[in-house]
This record gives sequence, C-alpha cells and structure tokens, in this order.
Amino acid sequence: MAETTLDTPAETHRPRRIKWEAIGDHIILILGALLMMLPPLLALTTASHDAVTIHREGLQLTLGDDLGKNFRAAMFERGGFTQTVDGMLMLMNSFILGIGFAVGKIVISMMAAYAIVYFRLRFATLAFWVIFTTLLLPLEVRILPSYEAIQKLGLTNTYTGLIVPLIASATGTFFFRQFFMSVPEELAEAARIDGAGPWKFFVDILIPLSKTMIAAIFIIMFVFGWNQYLWPTLITTDESFFTLVRGIKQIVLSYTDSQIPEHGQALALAIVAMIPPVLVVVFFQNWFVKGLTESDK
Amino acid sequence: MAQVTLEGIRKVYPNGFQAVQTTSFTIQDGEFVVLVGPSGCGKSTLLRMIAGLEDITEGVLKIGDRVVNDVDPADRDIAMVFQNYALYPHMTVRKNIGYGLKNRGAPTAEIDAKVEDAAKMLNLSEYLDRKPAQLSGGQRQRVAMGRAVVRDPALFLFDEPLSNLDAKLRNQMRIEIKALQRRLRTTAVYVTHDQVEAMTMADRIIVLIQGRIEQIGTPSEIYHNPASTFVASFMGAPPMNLIEAEVDQQSVRINGFGNQIQAPQSFDGPVTLGIRPEDVEMDEQGQVVFHVDILEELGAHRLLHGRLANQPFSVMLGKDDAAQIGETKINLKPEALRLFDRKTGLRL
Repeated sequence: MAETTLDTPAETHRPRRIKWEAIGDHIILILGALLMMLPPLLALTTASHDAVTIHREGLQLTLGDDLGKNFRAAMFERGGFTQTVDGMLMLMNSFILGIGFAVGKIVISMMAAYAIVYFRLRFATLAFWVIFTTLLLPLEVRILPSYEAIQKLGLTNTYTGLIVPLIASATGTFFFRQFFMSVPEELAEAARIDGAGPWKFFVDILIPLSKTMIAAIFIIMFVFGWNQYLWPTLITTDESFFTLVRGIKQIVLSYTDSQIPEHGQALALAIVAMIPPVLVVVFFQNWFVKGLTESDK
Repeated sequence: MAQVTLEGIRKVYPNGFQAVQTTSFTIQDGEFVVLVGPSGCGKSTLLRMIAGLEDITEGVLKIGDRVVNDVDPADRDIAMVFQNYALYPHMTVRKNIGYGLKNRGAPTAEIDAKVEDAAKMLNLSEYLDRKPAQLSGGQRQRVAMGRAVVRDPALFLFDEPLSNLDAKLRNQMRIEIKALQRRLRTTAVYVTHDQVEAMTMADRIIVLIQGRIEQIGTPSEIYHNPASTFVASFMGAPPMNLIEAEVDQQSVRINGFGNQIQAPQSFDGPVTLGIRPEDVEMDEQGQVVFHVDILEELGAHRLLHGRLANQPFSVMLGKDDAAQIGETKINLKPEALRLFDRKTGLRL
C-alpha cells in the first residue's frame, strides 16, 4: 500500500535507470540456462521425426509429426535379438536397479556407520579407514574378480547379481559416520536409561534423525544406480534384464544391414531415461531444504 | 524410593587417569544430595557411575538393597536429567515423556494417563503435541523433568540441569525442581558447579575436589564450618576471607595489629584465618584497619573490597550501613573466626 502512494505521477515521468550490470548478469544466466536446456530440447525435437529424416539430415530443431509414434514404439514395441524386451520392462529394470542400489546402500552404510560410531569395537577406526580407502578403488578396478565371484555363485542374469555386489558404499558410510558423530552423546544415554536397546535406539531415534541425510544419499545413490552401464552389461546377457541406459545403445545399433538405426526411438528412450532421476531430485529436494532450515537442536 | 550406598567406589580410566578416588557415602531415602566442585573434580563421573553410564572400576554400588554394579542403566530404576536436556528432537513432548514407559511395555492407556499427569504437574499440558524445537529453554527443561518423573523411579539423577538457562529462569527452575522433589519424596543426586544451587537445593552437600570428597554436610555446616580453605573459598559468594595470621595461645595476631583478637581455640603457630565477609562490624574503635578500594552496591547489601594487612579482604554490609572508599576500622567477630592449617589448608 505504501508503495503505491509513493508512485506519484511526478515520479513516473522520470525514466528508470537501466542497470547494465543486471542485464549483463541476466544474459550470462540465460545463456547458461539455454546451454543446459539445449541438449534435452534437441533430443525431444529430434525424437519427433522418423528415422530416415534423422539419418539423412541429422539433429532436428523443429517438432515433427512422429513424436507419439516414436515414443510408443520405444516404450511398447518389443525389440532386441530375442524380441522379449520393451521400453516398459527396461524402465522397470532401471527402477529396480536404481531403488535397489539406493535402498541397499543406505541400509548397509547406515548399519556400518552405526557399528563404527556407537559400539566400542576393536579397531573401529582402522575398520573405518579401510572402508574409506575403498573409495580409491572404483568398480572398474575390481571388476574381473567381482565378475568371477558372481559367476561362480551363479548370480549372473539375476537382480541379486546386479545389485548386491555394488551396495557396499564407502561414501554412504562416511556421510552417516559424520552425521552420527554430530548427534549428541546424551541422546544415546537418555535412550539407554529410557530402556531402549541398541536396535530400538537405531530405529526409534537415529533413523528419524537421519531423514535428511537419507534423502540426500538416496538422491546420489539412485542416480548412480540408474546410470550404471558397465556392470549390468557384464553381468546380464538375458535381454529381459536390460535397463534403459543399455536399451538406448541397443536401438542405435542396427541389427541388420538393411535397417536404418531408429534414432528417433533411441532419443525418445533417452528422454524417458532422463525423467525419473530429475523427478527424484526435485521430490527429495523439498525434504532437503526442509531438513536444513528446520534445524532440530 | 531408595537409599543409595557407595562403598569404596573408585574410577580409573583406561589411560590411567584416576577420576574418582576411593569414596564411600550413603544417601538416605528421600534425601536431596548435591555433588559440587570445580570442573574436572569427578562429580559428573560419580553421577554417571551411579547411572550406569560409566563402569565402576572398584567398589560396590547399591540402590536400595540391590548391588547394581553390573545392572544395565535401564534396569536400575533411575531417571536422569541431562545438561542439554537430551530430548528426542523428532518426537512430540508427549512421546518424549512417554518413551521410557513405552519401551517397558506399558499399556497405551496407562502411558497416556501418566504422561497427562506428569504434564499437568509441570504445566506442560498445552504443549504436549509440540516438538522440542518449538519450546523455550525452560519448557524443554520441564519436558526433561517430565521424562524423569513419569516413570516414578527410585532415584533422580541431575547432571547440571540448569546450566543452559539464563539466570532468572535458573532461579525459578531451582525452586520448581526442589519443590517437585519434596513432593515426590524421591531420592535425588544433583551435580552442579554452582555453589548457589548447591546451597539452596541440597539437604546435604558433598564437596569434591580432584576426585576426592573434601567435605560432606548440610549447607549450613558447609557454610559455617568449612573443612578446608578450599571449601571455604569455593562455597559462598563472596567467598570466605582467608588471611595469614599467627596464633599465640589465646590470641590471634594479624601482621602489625597487636594481639587484641581472641582466638576461637587455643593453638600456637602460623595459621590461615578465615572469616565470612558478613561477620565483620564497622567500628571506629575497631581493632584492625581495612583499606576499602572498591564499593559494590547490590541493593540488599553492599560489598566492600579492599586490603587488610596488605591481603585481599571483603566486607559485606547491610544496605543502611554507611561506607566509603578509604581507610576504615573494623572488628572481626571472634565467634566467627575459623582457623586453618597454613600448610595443608585443613581446618584446625
């Protein structure tokens, strides 16, 4: 209200000063945003053309007529050598892998951190650093022995084989350890006097307190699992275990010489593959911010 | 309700540090005992050993007739209030208070009733559905109290529960805690470094220093008859004046002031003379000269700080007594004089 009364006619005649700095800032921001937006946009527009056009003319900047067709084909037409897998199945596989990864890693690393922080273990610090140094050894370094172990256990072409060997997480253990160490010791002591055993303290107190940490790690680990390529390629040969990330590749490889690769379908699938991680980030971000602002003392 | 007995309790940490030297004492049923001492004197360690949060290196601890050395804290029938309250931040006040009962498998209806009762007793009824973060410091303190009283334990343990509150609230909570304990007649052990809390709340005070008990007694005994110069200077604000003097048979001689002061007991040799600041009279014909440097106006009374025979000395006067900076003559009340061994600091 006060603002409007200040805007007297006399004031309106005075030209507003142009803030060149602000304009410069915004140009940079807009360019940055466009740069980030362009690849997905291009994927969307190109996905709306048929394979022949794309093969002949490359990426398309305009919307074509085949968007629906390409999406439908990508999601529901069975493909691959064995004609057993469609986009929906791949989407489900990706979810199983992503969620399995995230949940598995959170459970394992929370329990590991709990043991390290709250129990007087012999060599607890050493154990922690041993876990921590595995950060320096990514999957690729140990991929052959891991494969051999899984193969000997007969776990190739199973979800167990896909998920379990990768769910030990040094990153997760580290984050939870740091968080648990910041929880006041008196809380554990109060719970002890209140008759809560180790398990009850973990479930009733620590897990609820870790909500925001769990959300953060879920985001990281879900995206990590979702984007896995090398390990699934190695461990699953059965096409019914294909994930979206692998499916895209499979479409681009033309199966027979006479066929043009279905670029439109591949891009449609790529867009589908992009959506869930984005949604996870957007959804859990709310928790994130809430957890950070509503500080529980 | 229970009597607590410590028989030769000792605590040595794995690194060899002896936090509590061999101590024995008994806390009577329904008694409010305050452990007081400077930081690092072992008072918290002693309390945590009673709670079961710290192992007992040596000795026997009994709550009631039961030896509880190896009993889990949950099964000792105790409740503890922590300095930072240690409320569960994600639980409502109701759940915070009821958590201990729930873990013991009490029926929901019983938990609800008991929580309501405790909340009413502590004026928390309208806050039952709030989270700790939405409460003020005093209210959080009350929730912590509620968590303790709701279980109706045999023993309350308080670990500096008022240190996080501002001065005014601290005074108020001090009275509330004391009143609550009086009403419930539950044995209580209270740890503090604040001698005012100790004096006002305790039935008996245990003064600790460097892991050993210096003195056990009622607040009045501790105040009027401190067992050592340490207790004399630690308890009371301002502390007892301690000045060097000689005793020659029946008379006390402070450097340069003749032999006019009658000694409270016969002794020969150098002593530390103790006298509370309020046990001094202004008197123009007084025996000793007191040089006033600073005058502190406290409303109800005045504090004069200065030097007596070149040693620091304080005098407390009523609000109506005249006082000014500079030299003045005073009398030390003979019956209030306390003599301490100059070397060991122990009461003679």
